[in-house]
Order: sequence, then structure tokens, then C-alpha cells
Amino acid sequence: MSTYLAAAEPATAEATGVLALGWLLIALPLLGAAVLLLGGRRTDRWGHLFGTAMPALACLIALAQFAALLERDAEERSVGSHLFSWIPVGALEVEVGLLLDPLSMCFVLLVTFVGTLIHVYSIGYMAHDPDRRRFFGYLNLFVAAMLLLVLADSFLVLYVGWEGVGLASYLLIGFWSYNPTYAAAAKKAFVANRVGDFGLSVAVLIMFAQFGGVSFSEVFAGAEGASEGVLTVLGLMLLLAACGKSAQFPLQSWLGDAMAGPTPVSALIHAATMVTAGVYLVVRSAPVFEGAPDAQLVVVIVGAVTLLFGAAIGCAKDDIKKALAASTMSQIGYMMLAAGLGPVGYAFAIFHLLTHGFFKAGLFLGAGSVMHGMGDQVNMRRFGGLSSVMKVTWVTFAFGWLAIIGFPGLSGFWSKDKIIEAAYVGDGWRPWVFGTAALVGAGITAFYMTRLFVMTFHGKRRWTDDVHPHESPLVMTVPLMVLAVGSALLGLALGPTGAIAHWLEPVVGAHGEEEPVIAVTLLTTLTVVLVLAGAALAWLTYERRPVATTAPRGSWLTRAARRDLYQDTVNESLLMHPGAWLTRSLVFFDNRGVDGTVNGLAALLGGTSARLRRLQTGFVRSYALSMFAGAAVVVGAMLLVRL
Amino acid sequence: MNPMNYVYLSAVLFSIGAAGVLLRRNAIVVFMCVELMLNACNLAFVTFSRMEGNLDGQVIAFFVMVVAAAEVVVGLAIIVTIVRTRRSASVDGANLLKY
Repeated sequence: MSTYLAAAEPATAEATGVLALGWLLIALPLLGAAVLLLGGRRTDRWGHLFGTAMPALACLIALAQFAALLERDAEERSVGSHLFSWIPVGALEVEVGLLLDPLSMCFVLLVTFVGTLIHVYSIGYMAHDPDRRRFFGYLNLFVAAMLLLVLADSFLVLYVGWEGVGLASYLLIGFWSYNPTYAAAAKKAFVANRVGDFGLSVAVLIMFAQFGGVSFSEVFAGAEGASEGVLTVLGLMLLLAACGKSAQFPLQSWLGDAMAGPTPVSALIHAATMVTAGVYLVVRSAPVFEGAPDAQLVVVIVGAVTLLFGAAIGCAKDDIKKALAASTMSQIGYMMLAAGLGPVGYAFAIFHLLTHGFFKAGLFLGAGSVMHGMGDQVNMRRFGGLSSVMKVTWVTFAFGWLAIIGFPGLSGFWSKDKIIEAAYVGDGWRPWVFGTAALVGAGITAFYMTRLFVMTFHGKRRWTDDVHPHESPLVMTVPLMVLAVGSALLGLALGPTGAIAHWLEPVVGAHGEEEPVIAVTLLTTLTVVLVLAGAALAWLTYERRPVATTAPRGSWLTRAARRDLYQDTVNESLLMHPGAWLTRSLVFFDNRGVDGTVNGLAALLGGTSARLRRLQTGFVRSYALSMFAGAAVVVGAMLLVRL
Repeated sequence: MNPMNYVYLSAVLFSIGAAGVLLRRNAIVVFMCVELMLNACNLAFVTFSRMEGNLDGQVIAFFVMVVAAAEVVVGLAIIVTIVRTRRSASVDGANLLKY
């Protein structure tokens, strides 16, 4: 572990030159958000262009920084820049600084590049929305918060970004908040995220208490000497946070409903970037998890469960966006699984995260393009045969589809295959259970993604009468093409060349050359065979045979998966109803018990005084009589006492 | 003559005054009855002073007279105002200040 930590913490140099412009990465989109949200209708005409220019500029800076980092030696690629002192109170010193190292660089490039593409796409997608400017304002706010999250050099600053992306996600899911269902979905996402945020805040408090600081360097230095119990609790709290943000079991129920937001939002926030923040957190906190094998095991279990969970749900959904959301959940499960495996998996978790960012954003934007052409319909049973009318969308979507199922040669193949290999590394029962889960997941992924693809683009046209599908404008298809190229080539460029593992090595450590329990070639063959089998099954079921326009009843598993495997029901019966009951009984106690006592006392006093004040008749002579009577009583008493 | 007779007289005068205050409605009469009660007290004080052989009671009688004079000024002013506004000097009529 100590050698690992030495590798994980290269000396952080003070940033110079273009590397010192990290704050600008955050400031530009933040400026965009401020101008668009505060500027009001005056910015309506050029707001979308301004909002797109900000992340584009940030992307250019990020590319320049990437180039500057590449020029350096591997050990010197971690640069920090101190911004200001945030909370200088006695022993509690919180500094705000940015940390640019290979890990955060990956995220910065992903967020700014994919973010810019999605901004460009949104210009077309949201063209007819009267609130387009507000939409771009929120998107910019999200980009700024996400960049703060990944660039932070302490857990507290990370927490600020963490909450910022949660807020942006809430605002964007509920963007069309006039629809009560959408507003409820936004609320659900926010509440589920808050549960996770609770974990992160507790983790930050534990860090303060145990290590006396919250910056990465302080915490990781402290983690080296901390007891395993503390690290396990810390790891579990961080995992809770990651589960909330990354829609992992058991906090995953919000992601499906989050599809209420406009499709570019689903692509950017709920597929490519924000939901992967949990993976980032786990990988970033590697030294903590390294010291807590139990917490690591839980991470792996959560990842494995979620990847199967999401895959099962993905097979049953007929709503194209919800099927993609389930797939996102499942793919992040893969990343979590890899991140929980330790140094053998960190680099591949991030690798899969990057390739997933590309192909899933492409898939979502493709789905958005389909919806655009189909009059905002999402029911795949009403699609079919779109390949002839939406050629660009079809081809780009095909690249995303082949990439995600892990078709040999495309991105997903390189990244997912590595994760399956890594899951099979180890001894005892673990590699067999987790590796097999990952392997089976790959087969199911192939099935449900092929089902989605075939139902949408192939087979008979099952359109409703009033739709006239058409290809989307160029402003929407160009981002699709760029993402398709990324889906095709990114894996090839980073995976087999070892570039990603080498690039991340200064942060996450070398992954070692451990052999999986099954030979690698056999494993790869198995994966490819499973993938082809899954795809073929879906092809036979949904291409060869007609697809019903209304969903058949299906087996109990299908019915369960359609309802998200009853996670909502479980949440409702375990948490919501007892919570509501507790609230109602507390309200009852407050109304009847506390308020009852206070009100009763007041009523008693009021009633008594209402009767007593009748004595004040206003007749002077009756007052005089009472004075005489009183005087007589006093005199009588005095006489009595004297005697 | 037995000084106790003055005490009896004082008690009788006080009782007449008290009865007048409680029973009469005319403010002027009530007021005069109050004066009667005060002077009955004065008589008692002076008598006791005589019986005890010191001047305390007489001094207090003077105080009571001074206070009574001041009270007359205020009281008559109130009565005049009541009569002017209500066109009557009945104390029962002026009963607006009540619950």
C-alpha cells in the first residue's frame, strides 16, 4: 500500500503559464450562466450563441493545458493553483485551490468537449422553445459546477461543485416544470441526490475530525496512518455519495424519471458527465479505499448489482430515453465495479467513463434527433423503419450502438473488455462472481441495445398517423457525427496503445500485470460470442418478427423490469410511507398534544376573564360598595387578629 | 362630658355619609356625603387627640382638611364636566367605562 501511495501522490507543482488558467475554465461558463440568467430577455437573441461560446472557449483552454501537460514528464503532470483562503478560522483552514492532474484533465476534456458539442446540438434542438436562453444559462451553470467538481483540490471545494451539479440537474430535469410529472421527477432526483450528499458531508466531517483537514493531500496523507475502521466508514460514506450522484443501487430510481428533462440534458448530465461524478469520487479517493478492503468490496458489489439491474430494466423499457437511462445505469455499474477493484481497475473505470461519455452522449443525442423528427414521441413501439428517412441519425446511432455493445474494434470493446478482464483478476470466489456478472452484463447489454436500435430504425414502420419523420438540421447532426467518430476511434486510440493506463499512472498507480483466472484470449472470445448472441437474439425477436404497437403483458420479469424492478415500490413502502406516517403522527401530536395544551390554557384563561370582567359594570356606586365591603373585611380581620 | 360621645357622633356621621355615597344618585349629594365622611373622621381624630393628650390627631385633621380641599377642586371640576356633557348629574348615568 505504501508503494502505491507514493505513486498516487506525485509532488504537486505550482501552476505556471497556461496551466494557471484553471480558474478561467470555471469562470467562463459561470460568466455565461450569470449573463444569461441575469440578463433576462435582452439576451434572448444572442444568448444561445454566447452560452455555446463559453464552454467552447473553456474547451480550447483545456486543450492548451492538455498540450502543456503532455510536454511535461509523467511525474510533473500534477499542478495546483491556490486561489484564495476560504475559511481561515483558528485551526480550521480551508483553502480554495485547483488541482490539474491527469485524472482531472480527462474529465475537463470530456466535460468541455462533449459539453460544447451538446451546446451546439441544443441550438437546433431547443430552437422552438421560448425559454431557450434560460436553458443555455442552466447548461452553462452545470458546466461550471462540474468543472469545479473535478478541478477541486479538496473535498470541501469538491462538495461545492457536487451540490452545484445537483442543482443544475434539478433545474434542467424540471426545465418544463409546467408539467407536474416533470416537476415531480426533478424533485425526486434532487431528494435522491440529497441522500447521497448526506454521505459526502458526513465523509467531509469525518475527515476534519480524523485528519484535521479536507484537502486531498492532507486526507490522503492521513489515510496512510488511519485505522481500517475509520477508512471503512469513510469509504462507505463516499460510496453513498457516489451512489446518489451516479444512480447506483439502491439510490438509482431517480435516473429513469430524470429523462423528463430535455434530451440534450439527458445526454450531457444524465449520461456523459454528472452521473459519472461518483466514479470520479471513488477513483479520486483511491488512497482511502486502498486502506479499506471491506469498503472496496461493497463498491464492487454495488457496481455488479447495478450493472445487472440496469441491464434488466433496459430490456423491458419501451421508452427510448428510459431504455438509454437504464443502460447508463448499467454502464456506470461497470465503472463502479472497476473502480472498486483497486489499482487493477481504476484506469479502466476512467477509460470506460470516457468512451461511455462519447457513445452514450451520441446515443442520447441520436434519440433526441429521432424524437425531433417524430414529434417528441418516445415510444419505440411506434418507431420502426426510420433508417430510410433519417440517414445521418441512423449511421451515427449505429456507431454508438456498436460501441456500447462492445463490437470488436469500437470504443466500448476496448474499455468494457478490459473491465471484464480486471473483474476476473484475483483469487477465491470473487473473480468468478464479479467477472461473470460483468460478462453476462455484456451479453444483456448487446441484447437491449440491439433491441432499441432495431425497434427504432428497422423493421416495419409503426408510426402514428400524424408524424412525418425528417432528418434533423445540420446544427444537430454535426455533433452526432463528431461523437460517432469519437465512439468509433477513442477506444482504439487510448486502449490497445496503453495510452490511458500510462497517462493515469501518476494518479492511480500502475495496474500491475496480474492475469485473470480465465485466459485473456478465451475471455475476449467469450465476450464477443456473448455479445453477438445477445445481438442476434434481439435481431431475431424484433426484426424478423413483427413488433406489437402496444406492449404485450410479458413474463413476470418483464413486468418487474418495466417497473424498475420495483425499486420505487420498495422505496415507497420502506421509506416514503413510514416517513409520511411518522410525519403525520408528529403533526398530530403537535396539533393535539403541544398545541392542545397551550391552546387549552389560553382558552381557560380567556373564559375565566370573560366572566370576571362582567364585574366591571361602570356603576360608580357598586365600586364604592365593594370598597366599603373590602374595608369592612380588613377592619373585621384586624379586630379578629387582635382578639 | 364623656369624650366617647364625640366618637359615637363621629361614627353616626360616617355611617350617614357612607349610606349617602352608596344610595344617592346625584353626584353633588354623593360628593357632599364623601365630605361628611371625611369630616366625621376629622372629628374622631380630634377626639382621640383630646383623649390621648397629644397633638397627633389634630395635625392629621389639618392634613385631611387640606387633602379634602384639593379633592373638592378636582371633584367639582369632574362633576361640572359630567353635567355639561350629559345634561345630568346622575352617577349611574355615567357608566360608559365598563367591560
